[in-house]
Amino acid sequence: MSNGFTPVVAGHALGSDAAAPATPKNVPHRGGPQNPSVDALRQQFAGAVVRASVTWGETTVVVDRARAHEIIQWLHDDPTQRYDYLSDVTAVEFRDFEQPIEVVWHLRSLPFRRFLRVKIEIVKGTAMEAPSVWDIYKSADWLERECYDMFGITFTGHPDLRRLLMWEQYKEGYPLRKDFPLRGRFSRSEQLRQALAANPEARYSKEELSIADAFEDLPGDMKRRLGTGEVTGE
Amino acid sequence: MGLSPRPEPNLIETTGNEPWITTKLDAFVNWGRKNSLWPMPFGTACCAIEFMATAASKYDLARFGMERQAFSPRQADLLICAGRVPFKLAPVLRRIWQQMPQPKWCISMGACASSGGMFDNYAVVQGIDSIIPVDVYVPGCPPRPEGLLYGIMMLQRKVGAERSSDKSLRNEMEPDPKSQLYIAPSVIDEVSEPFGNSVHQTRSGL
Repeated sequence: MSNGFTPVVAGHALGSDAAAPATPKNVPHRGGPQNPSVDALRQQFAGAVVRASVTWGETTVVVDRARAHEIIQWLHDDPTQRYDYLSDVTAVEFRDFEQPIEVVWHLRSLPFRRFLRVKIEIVKGTAMEAPSVWDIYKSADWLERECYDMFGITFTGHPDLRRLLMWEQYKEGYPLRKDFPLRGRFSRSEQLRQALAANPEARYSKEELSIADAFEDLPGDMKRRLGTGEVTGE
Repeated sequence: MGLSPRPEPNLIETTGNEPWITTKLDAFVNWGRKNSLWPMPFGTACCAIEFMATAASKYDLARFGMERQAFSPRQADLLICAGRVPFKLAPVLRRIWQQMPQPKWCISMGACASSGGMFDNYAVVQGIDSIIPVDVYVPGCPPRPEGLLYGIMMLQRKVGAERSSDKSLRNEMEPDPKSQLYIAPSVIDEVSEPFGNSVHQTRSGL
């Protein structure tokens, strides 16, 4: 299935005379040295970089929503960038209703020892959509599902966008949104009734089990169940 | 060899002097049951760590007849629910309880299992007694091993006081087919009433 495995030594692209990594000291709150990838992005994608800032030594770059996928693809592929590790996908909603919701990608370049935070902004009232980077980083799979589950952001291009933390029939909305009541929307008995109605054994989909490899090892009843095309949930 | 030959068991003569006692069947059965409970730990959070301490050598659960931890509900008669139970786990816990054969008991260990604890939010069941019947509630966050042992001893007293003439004891409770709940929805809503007005609470105050 895999095309071989190339070990990556952290920082090897910096050359042998690069300084050994050390914990930075006296990092200013605002400002400081910017990640060189931002200037490269400005050159490569003219007009797509909305703004960039450095906070506590970490660089954040806000980019155009329509070109975000293209930009992350370039950051991953380009030999001068090589952001080969996606450490998180999440979203931020601010208390101020006027402020847009942000979708955040935390990228790490192991060969260059660089960290870059890429953001897009989704104005409230427009479609809650963001491009999926699953085709670039497979680790985005569950991260995007969690983000969809908690914030209701649809990642276009994700192969299997379902709820991850809450059960799939969950009807109350998206728990980390600011307009979501802490205790949920339904009464406790209604929440319990809906939770108990879920079948705890119908939790697997073909995708999760990667049936191509594991199907023969499954117990007979599950084989029958999946063979009829049943996916997950009720 | 200096040893007397082993007597043939069928040829032992009864002299009429063997000691014997009489007791109530209940007392005898309950004595056996309460001193050989097989607990199944259903550990979901930090209470499970405290449960492990209880089972380990310093506090030694085995002193109370619980040498064998059952990790299959089918071979257990005591469910110890240690930790918070999210709604997503509610049908799982219910299924595990239904898989346990009678006689069976349940200890709700810690504040979260007993009442939801500090997790008065959208994701956590406000007390497992809304899913399964509970015999003993152990308070604490998490309870110390002594607390759990005290709860277990309370349960042993409860087991010791059972009467076999009470046929309802071993009746399997059937949940209401419509709501799948053991107790009425209005009761659940009432006991999980919020403190203050937090039912309309949002993070932003919007």
